[in-house]
Amino acid sequence: MERGEKEMNRIVETIHEAKENRAYLQALKELLYQFADDDFIVSYRGSEWLGLAPHIEADVAFSSITQNTMGHAVMYYRLLEELGEGDSDRLAHHRLPHERRNSVYLEKRNGSGTYLDEPHFDWALAVVRNYFYEVLKRVRLQAATKSSFVPLAQIAEKILMEQTYHLAHWKMWVEQLQQSTEDAKSRIQERIEEAWLEFGDALQLGPKGDQIVQHQLLVDEQAMYQQWMKEIEATLDVIPSRPLGKRLGDGRIGEYTADLEQAISVFAEVYETDREAVW
Amino acid sequence: MMNRQREEEIRAVLQAVDDPELPAVSVYDLGMVHHIEVHGTIVSVVMVPTFAGCPALDFIERDVKLAVEEIDWVDRCHVQFSFQHQWSTEMITNVGKEQLKKHGISPPPENYRPGEQWTVNCPFCGSAYTSMENIFGPTACRSILYCRDCRNPFEAMKPVIQYGSVSQTY
Repeated sequence: MERGEKEMNRIVETIHEAKENRAYLQALKELLYQFADDDFIVSYRGSEWLGLAPHIEADVAFSSITQNTMGHAVMYYRLLEELGEGDSDRLAHHRLPHERRNSVYLEKRNGSGTYLDEPHFDWALAVVRNYFYEVLKRVRLQAATKSSFVPLAQIAEKILMEQTYHLAHWKMWVEQLQQSTEDAKSRIQERIEEAWLEFGDALQLGPKGDQIVQHQLLVDEQAMYQQWMKEIEATLDVIPSRPLGKRLGDGRIGEYTADLEQAISVFAEVYETDREAVW
Repeated sequence: MMNRQREEEIRAVLQAVDDPELPAVSVYDLGMVHHIEVHGTIVSVVMVPTFAGCPALDFIERDVKLAVEEIDWVDRCHVQFSFQHQWSTEMITNVGKEQLKKHGISPPPENYRPGEQWTVNCPFCGSAYTSMENIFGPTACRSILYCRDCRNPFEAMKPVIQYGSVSQTY
């Protein structure tokens, strides 16, 4: 343990250095999969909204945020590729549901129907989900700027510069709908109550959480939770009294729902027709 | 020819490589060229991407490579995007700002603080009487505004600056 502790205070400057310490590498990869898969699935669900948002300006904003967020996922998948995990396109499109680490709540369908056929999507779900997620993303990225893994800290700095706009956008929607009609208020509240039962795994680090913290890759779950809650409490009018739950399962340990399988079957369709294609 | 002269020659070439989504504004003037290295007839250009999700990056990489390889003494040019240095809108050159205005795009505001609202003058008439229509525009790096004086819609480069470079509480 003493030897281990010494190693833990080390700054890891390069990919090569990260690969030299097996325990460090495992913890790092686990964390990167969580970051990558969260961004990827939330932006996939966002992409399904294209052309369907309540008005044209909301549509431009949502699609811009979604494209940008997909770009963030790519940065993490490329880092994983450099760490020896294989081709980044394959990591995004060809992994099985149980290999993915995204929070289960983020894979939840936007509503009934599909983007092509009878899309009865729920805007309140989009607003609450994206707001909850962007707050978490900010908390995580701020912690990641101090990560022992320098390439991750650099990426975090980069993403934070852009993500400021994403968070501000969804916060504006939450604030405005909370002050809108009774119908809007109750719909938002309903989705907040639902998210409270399902968002729990998003704030967790999974089975390798202890190693992630020991290697100073990120802050612990408690610190993340407190920061997240502080912002949420400052924005929401009514905070559910119960603790956050994981009713849909725990994505950090590879649990998933049929909604993830549905998402993969759609977003991997083109990739599967020709895996060697160059775009 | 000295390396320094060669680097200058490459810089001049890069001043003519336009951003695919901002015609007539070069990648150099947008501040995307971080540094240039010359080893004999091999050139390497390290660039910083603007927005992470920008779909134009692959085109920019190709355009820069092809333009540099046009120089007669260059055998090969390697282009690499680096995240070790963060691009910010403060890196746009004065030439870049003027070129943006000619295309109806205002340069980013200079006193921006992350998370706060910002405003810019109209690129056509210079009026400060403008309103933000949509912080998100046709590309990740642009916003949509409207000038209430000359009644023209216009765009602005969305300011992004490094999070750590301002001292304020979040």
